[in-house]
Amino acid sequence: MNVTATPALPLGDDALILSHRLGEWAGRAPVLEEEVALANIALDLLGQARVLLSLAGDEDELAFLREERQFRNLQLVEQPNGDFAHTIARQLYFSTYQELLFEHLAAGESELAPLAAKAVKEVAYHRDHAHQWTLRLGDGTDESHARMQHALDALWRFTGELFEPVEGLEAAPWPTLHDTWTTRITSTLEQATLTVPEGPQRGGWAAGAGRQGLHTEPFGRLLAEMQHLHRSHPGATW
Amino acid sequence: MTTIAPEETAYEAVFDATVAADERIEPRDWMPDAYRSTLVRQIAQHAHSEIIGMQPEANWITRAPSLRRKAILMAKVQDEAGHGLYLYSAAETLGTGRDELLDRLHSGRQKYSSIFNYPTLTWADVGAIGWLVDGAAITNQVPLCRCSYGPYARAMVRICKEESFHQRQGYELLLTLSRGTEAQHAMAQDAVNRWWWPSLMMFGPPDDESAHSAQSMAWKIKRHSNDDLRQRFVDICVPQAEALGLTLPDPDLTWNDERGHWDFGPIDWTEFREVLKGNGPCNEERIGRRRQAHEEGAWVREAAAAHAAKHGKATR
Repeated sequence: MNVTATPALPLGDDALILSHRLGEWAGRAPVLEEEVALANIALDLLGQARVLLSLAGDEDELAFLREERQFRNLQLVEQPNGDFAHTIARQLYFSTYQELLFEHLAAGESELAPLAAKAVKEVAYHRDHAHQWTLRLGDGTDESHARMQHALDALWRFTGELFEPVEGLEAAPWPTLHDTWTTRITSTLEQATLTVPEGPQRGGWAAGAGRQGLHTEPFGRLLAEMQHLHRSHPGATW
Repeated sequence: MTTIAPEETAYEAVFDATVAADERIEPRDWMPDAYRSTLVRQIAQHAHSEIIGMQPEANWITRAPSLRRKAILMAKVQDEAGHGLYLYSAAETLGTGRDELLDRLHSGRQKYSSIFNYPTLTWADVGAIGWLVDGAAITNQVPLCRCSYGPYARAMVRICKEESFHQRQGYELLLTLSRGTEAQHAMAQDAVNRWWWPSLMMFGPPDDESAHSAQSMAWKIKRHSNDDLRQRFVDICVPQAEALGLTLPDPDLTWNDERGHWDFGPIDWTEFREVLKGNGPCNEERIGRRRQAHEEGAWVREAAAAHAAKHGKATR
């Protein structure tokens, strides 16, 4: 497989894997409007993934024929959907990050600039969707408040990785992005009557893990499901 | 003889004249109670079918074999949720609510299309559903674009456009498989074998057993009989199957020069009735999944309502 070393690969993997997770919601959402919204976000992300992976090689080879250790996505995006609050917390953390990163890339002149300029509009919608739901769940009922806080706390340890410099994008202002991200997340959580989690922002043993191909256990099963049909028919076209 | 208030007779005359002139009945117009309840039943069951119909296809989203196909499938399932929303809105113009209709679905008091009680066992089923199931749905639904009830007719115009697109995509998926490897071709043929007869059942019972047909046709809710639409569908599919390089699983399928139509074999109405009664392969699973999503989502809907109450915003 021909893989070009480009930051498009890790960023494409993020979009691909999060899109896959959101696709698992189809037919299970709490309200019909969310069937539409979650599928819409999943489709936007899949569209981004296809453009980004195509910059690195063949989109289908990259999606279906790499092993777990070759994927460069963040551990955050591979986390299981959990309840609706977990999905919203994951989306809030990720889309806030993605919007900041894409705004930065859109202003530059790299090969990623055109994609980032288009995607940033989609991502602003994703971030707003997650923001609105964080407000509803945080400042809704006692139960929804507790669930939202629990989800934010549970996923917090995967957020440090978001600001590990991506290969090929070392020059991006990562610490500044992290500061702005923290400010925006803090503002949303305060408005939602929630508390910013206090624990460490990364797991103990592998800083920047997903970007180095070190993933969590559920990821292997995600790939097994995603890849099995493609791998069962080598060389077939679909 | 029951006494009818004179104004009601006058209203009824206006209603009859509107229907006779092929004009549309609108939500504020007077309509017979039975017309209203027939429409609520039909539109709601149509909406339920869109919602339950997401499941057999969503079953393959996470396993789609290429990113292009995955995107097409996700978009299709998303469209179905959208169609469900249009249709619930159309039903609501008749004085009912979405929550109540969903409740009737979950409790089994209202039905959805029997076709969605069949399982999607291979990737090719996604293509067979697009070609045959959406094809049958379009054959049924295009005449509904001229239905006498305005909101339903307008919903159908929007839905039919998207459905035709899905149908072409399903056909193209099967064509790719049919022209692919031997294993892919076999997968496509197997899917068509399994979906052909259930698709023919989508047109409902034969004309002499169809309980609502005569009244619905008189009211111009329905424009053609079940058997006429079924025949039209068979006539369309036979040449398409040939172009696909696939066969239809009916040894009796023969061209009838005299009728100018394809003759086809007998439908297994026992199977149809069993599926409608809840004894199809996936009835339990489909309604169970739907109820589970609704129950597990209750706290989310309660949160949205509580937040809206605190902040003075509508929940929807």
